[in-house]
Amino acid sequence: MFRGATQSAAVLVLVLLGGVIVSLIHGSGPSIRAFGFGFLTTQTWNPVTEKFGALGAIYGTVVTSLIAMLIGIPVSLGIAVFITELCPPWLKRPIGTAIELLAGIPSIIYGIWGLFVLAPFLQAQVQPVLIALFKPIPGLSTIFAGPPYGIGTFTAGIILSMMVLPYITSVTRDVFQTVPAVLKESAYGLGCTTWEVVRHVMLPYTRVGVIGGIMLGLGRALGETMAVTFVIGNAHRIAGSILAPGTTISAAIANEFAEAEGGLYTSALIESGLILFVITFLVLSAARLLLQRAEQKAQR
Amino acid sequence: MNETSPSGAGIQTQKPRLGPRGGDAPGQALKEKLSVRDVSFFYGEAKALKNVTLPVYERKVTALIGPSGCGKSTLLRILNRMYDLYPKQRAEGEVLFDGNNVLDPKQDLNLLRARIGMVFQKPTPFPMSIYDNIAFGIRLYERLPKSEMDDRVESALKRAALWEEVRGKLNQSGLGLSGGQQQRLCIARTIAVRPEIVLLDEPTSALDPIATAKVEELIYQLKNDYTIVIVTHNMQQAARVADYTAFMYLGELVEFGETRQVFTKPTKSRTEDYITGRFG
Repeated sequence: MFRGATQSAAVLVLVLLGGVIVSLIHGSGPSIRAFGFGFLTTQTWNPVTEKFGALGAIYGTVVTSLIAMLIGIPVSLGIAVFITELCPPWLKRPIGTAIELLAGIPSIIYGIWGLFVLAPFLQAQVQPVLIALFKPIPGLSTIFAGPPYGIGTFTAGIILSMMVLPYITSVTRDVFQTVPAVLKESAYGLGCTTWEVVRHVMLPYTRVGVIGGIMLGLGRALGETMAVTFVIGNAHRIAGSILAPGTTISAAIANEFAEAEGGLYTSALIESGLILFVITFLVLSAARLLLQRAEQKAQR
Repeated sequence: MNETSPSGAGIQTQKPRLGPRGGDAPGQALKEKLSVRDVSFFYGEAKALKNVTLPVYERKVTALIGPSGCGKSTLLRILNRMYDLYPKQRAEGEVLFDGNNVLDPKQDLNLLRARIGMVFQKPTPFPMSIYDNIAFGIRLYERLPKSEMDDRVESALKRAALWEEVRGKLNQSGLGLSGGQQQRLCIARTIAVRPEIVLLDEPTSALDPIATAKVEELIYQLKNDYTIVIVTHNMQQAARVADYTAFMYLGELVEFGETRQVFTKPTKSRTEDYITGRFG
């Protein structure tokens, strides 16, 4: 009886997952039939003529998450190292609490703060500097091409980096605390500096957990909707510059679902959702695979 | 705190003097490699060591014995300033190392710890290959071409009597070795940096008798080149490996002398009680 109850609870998860996948595929049916594989490779998004392609949104999702990770990972690791290794004891608790509070802020708050505070600040102070700075450098000059709108892919990436920060930080802090004191002492005992201990002993020792924390953050960044919708500009096109407006899959769905008229429009949005589902799934599988490889290599 | 060290400011600025130290003939007068002078130690408010004064002679094995909580590990952790990692722990007094005060706040800790190596109770191989476990410490201080590094790794493993067992699997993880092998790997890692002093904190307490015998044999070999301080719970071990023995009790140094004298003709009744097993 008890066995049956727990078993059915476990099976329920699988049924739910299957149900979500089936309904996503079913809902995207019309769109898949209409556009086929081209849905993934075109960036036209025209509700009037009912021509849809998700490339712009896919690109925006990937690029904003990438920016979030580029900023978020080093900062998070820095905070975690500071808290576990260098922080004077009286400062530990305030910093820890602040990080937890950061995780608890609803994403809509990040959104309005991003729109009314961060975006104007970036527009006035940061983006002009970036544009001027990278202008003479080929390649980078396209990535940081003007004009400074304030809202856009770059701003969304920064907001996302703040949102993933508490997740990565708290996971890495927890796994850093599992490093045996005596292992750190033996590294210090060889004459290592704190940086060397972190780089060569703590990070390898906690690699699995750290990557897990990063993946958790990446999952959040890929799917985050509200805050991104506020600051990204919602333009279905791929701009060379990360300062230009763009969109992400989740932002597009949130923005347009209510006004989507006609089966094809709705279906195209659902298909985007399916794609987001697949991307997240691939990211997690890749992470698992990487970790397994690393484990095997370490044991061999 | 310690402005009176004989050489003035006790800061080491030069690179650690590496390699076995040059040849004074055996039978020469004993040189004090480390001089512990009037050292007290505090964990917060609690005083764990009370005015300990103790010489550590060059290229001899000095054993610290005594019941649990007597302060012997604490004393060992003062010698390379390991306690510095933890807030609220502090030492008073001075520890002279070739004339420089180790406890000087301006002491470069990384250089100090390269010159005074340490091996811990439990084997602590780093999460990397056997080769890298050894090469890691060397790379901190020296840039060596690959072939020279290979030689250094090989000779450290040979000195730790581990070479024959691991020569075919240097690229495998150090975590895959047995406990006794891991501990010898840690000893090899410590001596690969070519320190002058090696501190051993109950190095065999986690090992079986056979592995223990190997490590003890190793200690005996190592004292030709290194000054060794060993903390041990095992009195037979102290009697077997040490030239000098210090008996500590409740944070005080009760007796220090040549091992044979301490074990056969202790001058203090408390020492006698402990080594004859009447308490402790």
